[in-house]
Amino acid sequence: MKRDDDAAAADGPGVHLRRAGTGAGQAPPGGRTGADERIGADAETKPDVVVELSGVSVSYGDVVALDGVSLQLGAGRICALIGMNGSGKSTLFKTVMGLLRPHDGVVRLFGADPARSRRAGEVAYVPQAENVDWDFPLRVRDVVTMGRYGRMSPLRRARAADRIAVDDALDQADLAGLADRQIGELSGGQRRRVFLARGIAQGARLLLLDEPFSGVDKRSEATMSELLRRRADDGCAVLVATHDLDAVPDLADEAILLHRRVLMHTTPDEALRPENLALAFHGGEARA
Amino acid sequence: MIEFLVDPVQFGVMQRAFLVTIVASAVCALLSCWLVLIGWSLMGDAVSHAVVPGVVLAYLAGAPFALGAFAFGCAAVWLIGTVRQTSRVKEDAAIGVVFTTLFAFGLVLISVTPSEVDFNHILFGNVLGVSDTDLAQVLVLGLLTAATLVLKSRDLTLYAFDAGHAHAIGISPRRLQLLLLALLALTVVVALQAVGVILVVAMVITPGATAYLLTARMERMLLLAPSSAIGCAIVGLYYSYYADVSSGGAVVLAQGLLFFAVYLLAPRGLAGLRRLRPRRTVRP
Ligand SMILES: Nc1ncnc2c1ncn2[C@@H]1O[C@H](COP(=O)(O)OP(=O)(O)OP(=O)(O)O)[C@@H](O)[C@H]1O
Ligand SMILES: [Mg+2]
Repeated sequence: MKRDDDAAAADGPGVHLRRAGTGAGQAPPGGRTGADERIGADAETKPDVVVELSGVSVSYGDVVALDGVSLQLGAGRICALIGMNGSGKSTLFKTVMGLLRPHDGVVRLFGADPARSRRAGEVAYVPQAENVDWDFPLRVRDVVTMGRYGRMSPLRRARAADRIAVDDALDQADLAGLADRQIGELSGGQRRRVFLARGIAQGARLLLLDEPFSGVDKRSEATMSELLRRRADDGCAVLVATHDLDAVPDLADEAILLHRRVLMHTTPDEALRPENLALAFHGGEARA
Repeated sequence: MIEFLVDPVQFGVMQRAFLVTIVASAVCALLSCWLVLIGWSLMGDAVSHAVVPGVVLAYLAGAPFALGAFAFGCAAVWLIGTVRQTSRVKEDAAIGVVFTTLFAFGLVLISVTPSEVDFNHILFGNVLGVSDTDLAQVLVLGLLTAATLVLKSRDLTLYAFDAGHAHAIGISPRRLQLLLLALLALTVVVALQAVGVILVVAMVITPGATAYLLTARMERMLLLAPSSAIGCAIVGLYYSYYADVSSGGAVVLAQGLLFFAVYLLAPRGLAGLRRLRPRRTVRP
């Protein structure tokens, strides 16, 4: 174990980076070869499809939040989820996470039951208005380490591999210098990156981010976008809900316009054409 | 001085009192860290009051009081959860209704049983009347509870901090919640004899709240809370021995005074004027 540690330290940060990505041993079936295929163009499940929803409907009592949503998201792709307030973005995330149960339709992750993917640590979720207790007596490092819990023994004792993955995730999220701060002692943008770093340390192959850029300045947003791009290059599938439409073409490979149903699943440029946005924001409620 | 310290612990009765109170304080303090962080103080209050009918019924049936108390503690937790999930009643109201009803049921039971059950012992503890069986029960259950809390501490902290993430990585938050509630019921049982129903709630809140003011690190909280509680137990018992005052009262008073001293002086308390999110750490 000790030797492992030293060897890795000697290899330099570049190796750490690769380790965290693949150390999880959860490479998506089929690898990254199909990354450029058009997603959503046909209904057949391809080997590198990470998220697949077919005919998913979700309601809160009488309120129908999602109505027959079908979509596919492939490995190595960043997909922007665009829609007005109340269009069902958060509901979609919660459904993919298994926090809400659809009354109709099927959710599959990595071609299998989502519960299996969760147990395998393949899914990371950064919720929107996190109900986070920022006074909780935990350091940044402690929170990021929680990303590894699924891979640890029941006592959750960190081993060398866990510490390497955590340090690497902190580096990637540009939090290395803040690792020993209590989580409340961070700015809004830094706080968001903590949860992103947790997902990276986890070695997740699917990142679900619900409005990670709200209340974050341009520089922090750029840091996070770069980070997401690196994860995608490493084979992760990334789904990001965002209201920052201007940033979408730089951020994402594809975009979904959502309004209870999937209005359009296409390229960012196509999605942002005024007539298409008008479909999604027909109330004109867009907050840019 | 030595005489002052040794005198009380020469008697078997006092030795048992020390043992029972120290074990109970430590277990309660450990648990209190999570209760304070989750905001479950009211739950501690509820479970402690709800065990009263269980104690009385166990006594009437000739069963160990721990059994009855544990059963009623769990029943209260179950009932609270059911009422909240299957109606529009909010959690604090569900807790309030359930525990006061069970407590009242306990009071009625006591008054219909011919004076055999000592009302005061249930409410305020009976640390000087610890029998061999009581002692064994407290030690076994106390060690069991403490060991489980320590072994599961990281999972419990994960649950307290971010249950959604637990779910995301395939660790069931529901199971952790049930575990914590069962441990709460066990803890109350352990502390019943030492301080009684009314003051148990203080023991499962105050040490955690004090430790929370002293550190921003969970691991340190989990050391500070039990050690301060053990200190308070010892100080309280000596005071109660020499001043001839209620032992449960003295122990809890010591904990409360320590809390306020820390509150006034610690950088994370009033002295630091650091913003702390309001919590339900104190019963309104
Ligand atoms: N807990 C709930 N109970 C009842 N209705 C809900 C609940 N949560 C969401 N809804 C409704 O479901 C619909 C979709 O909500 P959702 O939160 O998914 O929207 P969103 O796209 O995430 O919006 P925003 O951009 O504001 O975050 C809305 O009409 C909302 O009012
Ligand atoms: Mg939302």
